This record gives sequence, structure tokens and C-alpha cells, in this order.
Amino acid sequence: MRRSKYIRPAHLESGIDKPRLTTSAMIASIAGPDQPTRPAPFGNALAALARKEERIVGMSADLAKYTDLHVFRAAHPDRFYQMGMAEQLLMMSAAGMAREGFQPWVTTYAVFASRRAYDFICLAIAEEMLDVKIVCALPGLTTGYGPSHQATEDLAMFRGMPNLTIVDPCDASEIEQAVPAIAAHKGPVYMRLLRGHVPLVLEEYGYKFELGKAKLLCDGKDTLIISSGLMTMRALEAAKQLRNDGVDAAVLHVPTIKPLDEAAIVAECRKGGRLVVVAENHTVIGGLGEAVAGTLLRAGVAPPAFRQIGLPDQFLEAGALPTLHDQYGLSTLKVTEAVKTWLST
Amino acid sequence: MSQIGHNISLTERARRIRRHALRMGEVQGQGYIAQALGVADVLAVSYFHATNYRPEDPEWEGRDRFLLSIGHYAIALYAALIEAKIIPEDELETYGTDDSRLPMSGMAAYTPGMEITGGSLGHGLGIAVGMALALKRKKSSSFVYNLFSDGELDEGSTWEAAMSAGSYKLDNLIGIVDVNQMQADGPSIGVLNFEPLGPKFEAFGWFVQRVDGNDLDALVKAFDAARHHAEAKPRIIICDTKMAKGVPFLEARDRNHFLRVEPHEWAEALRNIDAGAEA
Repeated sequence: MRRSKYIRPAHLESGIDKPRLTTSAMIASIAGPDQPTRPAPFGNALAALARKEERIVGMSADLAKYTDLHVFRAAHPDRFYQMGMAEQLLMMSAAGMAREGFQPWVTTYAVFASRRAYDFICLAIAEEMLDVKIVCALPGLTTGYGPSHQATEDLAMFRGMPNLTIVDPCDASEIEQAVPAIAAHKGPVYMRLLRGHVPLVLEEYGYKFELGKAKLLCDGKDTLIISSGLMTMRALEAAKQLRNDGVDAAVLHVPTIKPLDEAAIVAECRKGGRLVVVAENHTVIGGLGEAVAGTLLRAGVAPPAFRQIGLPDQFLEAGALPTLHDQYGLSTLKVTEAVKTWLST
Repeated sequence: MSQIGHNISLTERARRIRRHALRMGEVQGQGYIAQALGVADVLAVSYFHATNYRPEDPEWEGRDRFLLSIGHYAIALYAALIEAKIIPEDELETYGTDDSRLPMSGMAAYTPGMEITGGSLGHGLGIAVGMALALKRKKSSSFVYNLFSDGELDEGSTWEAAMSAGSYKLDNLIGIVDVNQMQADGPSIGVLNFEPLGPKFEAFGWFVQRVDGNDLDALVKAFDAARHHAEAKPRIIICDTKMAKGVPFLEARDRNHFLRVEPHEWAEALRNIDAGAEA
């Protein structure tokens, strides 16, 4: 609950200061201090792929620099189109490009693609099954700039759109693999983008991205965490910490939100009577959690308990990203604590 | 009429707005500082010449509404609101920190004097149309100002609002466009050419003026003309501003959409602002 704008910060009234984190840049890094990262995995992967695939063009709405598409722009300047800060135009013109046989990769922030351009993606692109790839930065809670920039409901919106494939990758290596896989898929795709210096976490699990497939990254007998996007990173870190405390956690990574790998989800949830926790960087309404719940209900599978880790049904606060991830339960610490609490009750 | 004396005061207001913005910028080490320095003169005239408000009662019904469509520039409006004593000056140090009323992007729920939540660009002018219609229904004599940017001219919603304002002949609506020629991806004209801008608004039924947005005298005249224009038309003041105005070493930077300023440079920037005012 946001406090009133007529209440001043407590430390100014009390005179007692405490260290306060600053919000700083709009695009805060999600990488931990010691985490290995790779720069601009999307931009580099697309630039490399475009050397072989002549059909690929890049388009952006005044955010090439902030969606790593500037790497593509630098490598293939004649195949980049700046459409201005006009997201509806971006989608319409991408539809036109696709109708003429090109494969446009368009970028903006997730809020602007979902909230502003929904109708244009839906009818100009998805209904026609056009080959447009929509790659969007700042998904879920990945900026402290407040609701104008936090796409906390993009999955809920886009899951409702027929024909649209939805991908929510976890790390740099997965983004690099997803780019050619998405290009090979014929039809519209929405990908949630982690940009800038993106952590590398999946390589130690021998993971390979396959469009439409969920993958079990580690097994465990006490609980099954089902996750996508950056929450898989958090789930894996939490699983390591839980293991130290004698709790055995499995992690099922679901990078494709739609179509959902229902078979893998049902199979894992049938095993061993484990607490099922779905963790997502998205509101708990209409995202992966409810998609999994619906899948299980339809399949007649009832785990002993089902819990969701995700963002509340609220417009979130502005602030420093680590503070917000703690506040809204997305940090490794909070994930670990939540799982422990649910297992003990 | 002591026009000169009046403008010395506005010069001082603009200087102080720039100082407030720089001091907030220093808290973060970076931000939309160039925009704040560029638009400081426009804000000085807005808050200390053109608009009616009561600092102690930011929601006073009789106020002129001043909308900041460009939520990113919140640092600029906070600086003006501090100078106008709507926000206490000691809150500068909380800018963009946890628990602050001054978040990085402007939001109505956080900040006294912040009329709308901006940041998703292209919302302001349309909201201003609705407020102008509502004020007419209420028989209010207040004006609605909307400060928006050249980047927002890319957004279709801005033009929907512009057409409706002309259609409704909203003579209580004053648009202010900050044409600073810089967007996220580079120079505005290079991103999407919106010129010639004046004739576009004219064709939509607006009373159009274009001024040097860093010339206080020109701004005062333009705001007066906008308020007192006789025709039943919405009014627009196109303000050509200079990014980072008043701090030459920041003005010279190419990549100034989101400025990073080194720790030792803040004092230098403040000295530039103070020296410029005395000159």
C-alpha cells in the first residue's frame, strides 16, 4: 500500500538517518555482484543470425539503445528502421514488412508493446499469423521507475492473444539460443528481454533451449519450483540454499509460456506428492502460476499444496530494484523463506 | 511596468531551479539533468509569471493545472515545485531514494503538485483535453498547461488530443512543447521528423507561437499572448531549448539524453550556473 504523498519521509521528520538505496538508472542490473555476465546477448545473437538470414530486419521505437538492438543496428545499418517513439506504428509497419516477406524483429519496452500496442499486435500481426518477433525490455519488475515502466501484467495480456508464442528466458545463454529458435518458428513471437549485462547461470545445468519445452534443471523430493525468466535464476539459488538446510527442491524451468509444455508440468506434478511452487516475475494474476494451476486442474492432478511466488495485484512502488525485489518477494532470500514456511505449515 | 526588474527575478528563479535540479542529480550521480537545465527557464516563467497556485494548498480548486507529460523530467518539475515552496527544500536529498516522495519518474500519487502520472509518453495532452473540458463545465477560469516534449510528437495519441482540442476550441488549454532535439536513440529529427511543427498545430486549429525557450523575455511575452489570445482556440507555445543549458561542459556532451556526471563535476556545474547568473 503506497503511503500518502502528504507524509514526508520519516527520516526528515525524526532527524534519524539510515542508509537509503538510490533508484539510479532506469534499467537496473539484475546481476549479482559476483555473477558472470555477457553483454547484450540478444543484440549480438540477432546480428550474428542476420548475417545468414537475409529476411531479418530490425525495427525499434526510439529504444534501440535500451533494448540491445543497437548492436544489430551497428552491424547491419541498412536493415535497421527507426520508427520513432510510436509503438502502434512500430507494430503496423512490422506487419507490412512481414507481409512483404521480411522477418521484422521489433523492440520497445514491454509496457509499451503490451498496454499501448495490443490491438495492433493482435489484429495486424497475430490474427494474420505474420512472422513478426516482438522483443521487449523491462519485463515484470526489472526497473524501479514505477508503474509507467513496470510491465507486471504483460503475460496476462499476451496469453489471451491467439497465435502468439510467448518466451520468457532466464539468462544470457538462453537468450542466445532462443534467437535462432524463434527465427526458425514461423509466426508471431513475444519475448521478454533481459538486456545489458545479463547473468549466465544455466550453463552449469547442461541446459539447452528448445522452443515449447520445459526442462527439469535439478531434482528434489520435498518441493517442485516451477519458474520462468529471471525467477528461474532465483529458484536455482534458493534451491542451493535450501539444500544446505536439508530441503530438497526441484526446479522446472518453463521458458515458453505459450504454448505451455503441459505434459512436462503434469508429469512433474504427478511425482512424489511434492509442494508445488510457481515463481514468476509477473503479477500472480494471469501469468505462469495460473497457467500451471489451470493445467493441473484440467489434468486432474492435485499436489498436496500449490503456492505462487509473484507480484501482487497492485501498481508497484518506485524505488531501488533490490529493495523492491525484497519487498515483493522476488529475491532469493524471500523465495527461500517462502518455501521453508510453506513446507513447515 | 518594470519589465526589467521582473525578469531579473525570473532569471534568479531559473538559476535556483537549475541549482535544485543539479543538487538532486548529484544524489543519483546521473539522470535527466540536461532536460531539467534546458527547460528551467520555461518552468520559471510557468511558476513565477503565468500560473496561479497556492503553495500551501496544491489541490486548491482555483489553481491553474500544470501537467508534466514527460514523467522522466520529474527532476525538472521537482526543482520548480521546490522553488515554488510546494515541496520543502530539504527533500532534495531524498530524490530517487527508497521512501522518497520524489521518485525518478513523475507520479501523481507521490508528489504534492504533480497533477498526473507521466512517463508513459503521449498521455499528457489527452488528459489535458479532458481537464479543460471539465473546467469549462465547472465554469472555471483556470487554465490547463501541459508540458510535453518533441519526442511525444512521435506518439499518435498526442495528435488525437491535438485534433480534439482544436475541434472543441479549448481556449483554456495551453500546450508547451519542449523541443530540445534529443531522444533516447539520438537527435529528435533523426528519430522521426516532426517539422514543420507550427503549421501542423495551426492546421489543427491551434494558436501557435514558437520561441527560444531559454529567452525569459520571449517566454513571458508568449505566455501572456497565450493567456490573452482573443480567438476561441487552444494555444501552443513551441519552445526551442538547449539541453544542459547553463553548464557549458555538459551542453557539449553528445550523449546527454541520460547524463552521467562524475562526482567532481557537480561543484563545477553549480559554479557554472552561478557564474552565468551573475554575468
